Amino acid sequence: MRQTFLAQLEELNNDVIKMGSILELSMNEMIGALYEKDIEKAKKIIDRDDEIDLLEQHIERECVNIIAKQQPLASDLRKITSIMKIITDIERIADQCADISEYIIKLSKYPQMEEPKSLELMIEAMKKMVINTIDSFVEADLEKAKAVIEADDEVDNDFEKITDELSLTMQNKPELVPQCVCYLMIIKYLERMADHATNIAEWITYIVTGDLTVG
Amino acid sequence: MSDKVKFTVKDLDLFYGNFQALKKINMSIEQGKITAFIGPSGCGKSTFLKTLNRMNDLIEGVKIEGEVTLDGVDIYKDFDAIMLRSRVGMVFQQPNPFPMSIYDNVAYGPRIHGVKKKSALDEIVEKSLRQAAIWDEVKDKLKKSALAVSGGQQQRVCIARTLAIEPEVILMDEPTSALDPISTIKIEDLATELKKQYTIIIVTHNMQQAGRISDKTAFFLTGEVIEYGDTEQIFNKPVNKKTEDYITGRFG
Repeated sequence: MRQTFLAQLEELNNDVIKMGSILELSMNEMIGALYEKDIEKAKKIIDRDDEIDLLEQHIERECVNIIAKQQPLASDLRKITSIMKIITDIERIADQCADISEYIIKLSKYPQMEEPKSLELMIEAMKKMVINTIDSFVEADLEKAKAVIEADDEVDNDFEKITDELSLTMQNKPELVPQCVCYLMIIKYLERMADHATNIAEWITYIVTGDLTVG
Repeated sequence: MSDKVKFTVKDLDLFYGNFQALKKINMSIEQGKITAFIGPSGCGKSTFLKTLNRMNDLIEGVKIEGEVTLDGVDIYKDFDAIMLRSRVGMVFQQPNPFPMSIYDNVAYGPRIHGVKKKSALDEIVEKSLRQAAIWDEVKDKLKKSALAVSGGQQQRVCIARTLAIEPEVILMDEPTSALDPISTIKIEDLATELKKQYTIIIVTHNMQQAGRISDKTAFFLTGEVIEYGDTEQIFNKPVNKKTEDYITGRFG
C-alpha cells in the first residue's frame, strides 16, 4: 500500500471539501445579503474571496506535486485532474458571490424596487445545485451529480423569465432602470454560478465512471 | 499498420512440475503494435513471454497445454524451435552481449544462418546497428569488445543482434530494468520506432514505461490474464477492480 500517497490524497480531498464549505457559507450569506440588502454582509463576502483564492492555489500546487512525485493512474489520476478543474469552478462561483455582493452594495444606493418575481425561485434552484454539487463530490454520488446537470435548464429558464420582466419594467418605469440593471447583472451571475456547478457535476461523473462527457 | 493478429493464444496452461504457472491464457497479439505485460513478480508474465518463442522448452519439468499460433501456424506442433526463434527474437533484462567484438555480435546470427560474404555481413551489421539507434556511437569501434561499452549501449547492441536475423517479432523481457533513465528513454524511443516494422512484446515492472510506449497492455496476476485492452483504457479506466488496485498501488 502506498501510505504516503493515500494520506496525500485524503488531505487533498479534505482541502476541496473545505473549499466547498467556505463557498457554501459565502453563497448563503450572499443570498441573505441580497434579500435583506445588507451592505455589511456583502462587504464581508467580498473580503472572504481572497481566502478561497489562496485555497485554490494551495490545492493546485498539491495536485501538481502529487502528479510529479507519485505518478497517479486510473481512478487516482481521474480524481486529481478533475480536482484541478473543479477548484477553478468553485473559485469562479465564489467570485460570482463577490460580484453579486458588489451589486448588492450598488443597489442599496437607489430607492428599493420590488424584486423580480422569479428571483427567489432562481436563487433556490441555483443554491440547490451548488449544495448538491459539493455533496456529490463528498459522497461520490452519481445521482446527485445527475440531478445538478438536469437542474441547469430550470435556472436558465428563470433567467430568461426575469430578463423579460426587467425589460418590461425598464420600459414602463424608466426611473427604475439603474436598479433593473443591477438585477440584470445579478441574475447573469446567478445563471453563471449554476453553469459552474454543472461543470463540477460533470467532472464528478468523470471521477466515478471514467466517462468524459464534459462539454 | 493493420490490426492483423500475429499471435493467437488459446487456453494455454503451463506447469512447472505440479505448480501451474499459467492458467487458461487466451489472447490475440496484434502485428505492428507494442504489447506490454504488467503484473507483480511471479504472476507469470515472463513465463508467458517465453512461451511465445518456446524458451521454456529447455526447462526440465515444464508441461504446456493449449495452443499458440504465429500467423495461424501452431508453434508447438508445426514449428522447429530454431526456425521459430529466427522469426521471434528476444532481448533480455541484463544486456548479454557475447564476449566478442560489436561487429561479431551483430554478425553472429546471420553467420549461423549461412551468410558468409563480408560485404553482405558489413551491410547487415551497419543496417542493424542503425536500426538499433547505436550506429553513430559505435561505428568507429566495431572491432572493440561489445563488453567495453556502457550498459545502455550493450543493450542496443543486443537489440541490433536480434534485428540482424530480421525477425518479425521482438520479445523484450524487462529490457531497461538495468539501465539508467537516459538509456531507458533511448530504448523506449527505439521500440516505438521499431514497431513500424516489427511486432513488439515487452514485459516491464515499470508501469509508467508500459504507459509511455505500449499500444496494448495485459495485466497478469497469479498466472491469469486479469485484463487486456488498449493501454489508454487500462491506465485511465480499468474495468477490473484488481487491475485498478494494482496500477494505483493499492495492492498487497
